[in-house]
Amino acid sequence: MAKQKRRFKGGEIPTSSMADIAFLLLIFFLVTTTIDMDKGLGMVLPAEGEEMEINKKNILNCLINSTGNVLLGGEAVDIKNLARAVRQKIAQNDKLVISVKAHNASRYEDYVRVIDQLKQANATRISIAESD
Amino acid sequence: MKINRKTQLDSEIPTASMPDIIFMLLIFFMVTTVLREYSGLPISLPKAKRIEKLKSKRHTSHIWVSKEGLVSIEDKLYSADGVRHIMYEKRVSDPQLVVSLKADERAKMGLISDIHTELRKADALKLNYSSKTAVD
Repeated sequence: MAKQKRRFKGGEIPTSSMADIAFLLLIFFLVTTTIDMDKGLGMVLPAEGEEMEINKKNILNCLINSTGNVLLGGEAVDIKNLARAVRQKIAQNDKLVISVKAHNASRYEDYVRVIDQLKQANATRISIAESD
Repeated sequence: MKINRKTQLDSEIPTASMPDIIFMLLIFFMVTTVLREYSGLPISLPKAKRIEKLKSKRHTSHIWVSKEGLVSIEDKLYSADGVRHIMYEKRVSDPQLVVSLKADERAKMGLISDIHTELRKADALKLNYSSKTAVD
């Protein structure tokens, strides 16, 4: 009986180093965590085969050429002033759909700037036209 | 003197609950950590003001487009029309999929609109143009 008791006394897991082990794991996860969240301009593409006819009056064409100049409804507009111009047009017609058409050789940067300006003008109906 | 000694004895920080606190922190970081899976392509992102945060990293899939016109998904290079198959598979396995397009600001729009078309065919419609915050 006495021998059995002694055996049980020895069967303990040392817990003094547990904090250190936990600290090491904590540091590992702190280092590997990437806090930088992905952020960007949100956009929902239309489903395939969902092309719809829109009254010509409600379309505002926004063309981007290869040098980064923007033509809004037939008038050349500076990208910086695009939001203001679009806001005015939307105020006149709230059903307005803005159709963005970029030249194949135009830069992605200009396109993002145009989309950003349209978002700043609170334009919800943005259509991305496929360039021919 | 006696009073001094008593106050000194009481001035120890209790360390018994320290492992529990550390474990709590550990579990928090374990749950929130998403290991960076893919290295992507070297790009400089465009800048924009009206930026939204992507809600969940787990439902996000990235497409890298470099200024030379390379398209990379999960560190494999694809041609523009190869995007459809892989994105369709991803869309089927995760209906909440958001595609984050990490394209270089000097990338050509011809390629970007090809990717638009491919994503529409793959039914991966939620798109996010990854960009940096613009400062005036």
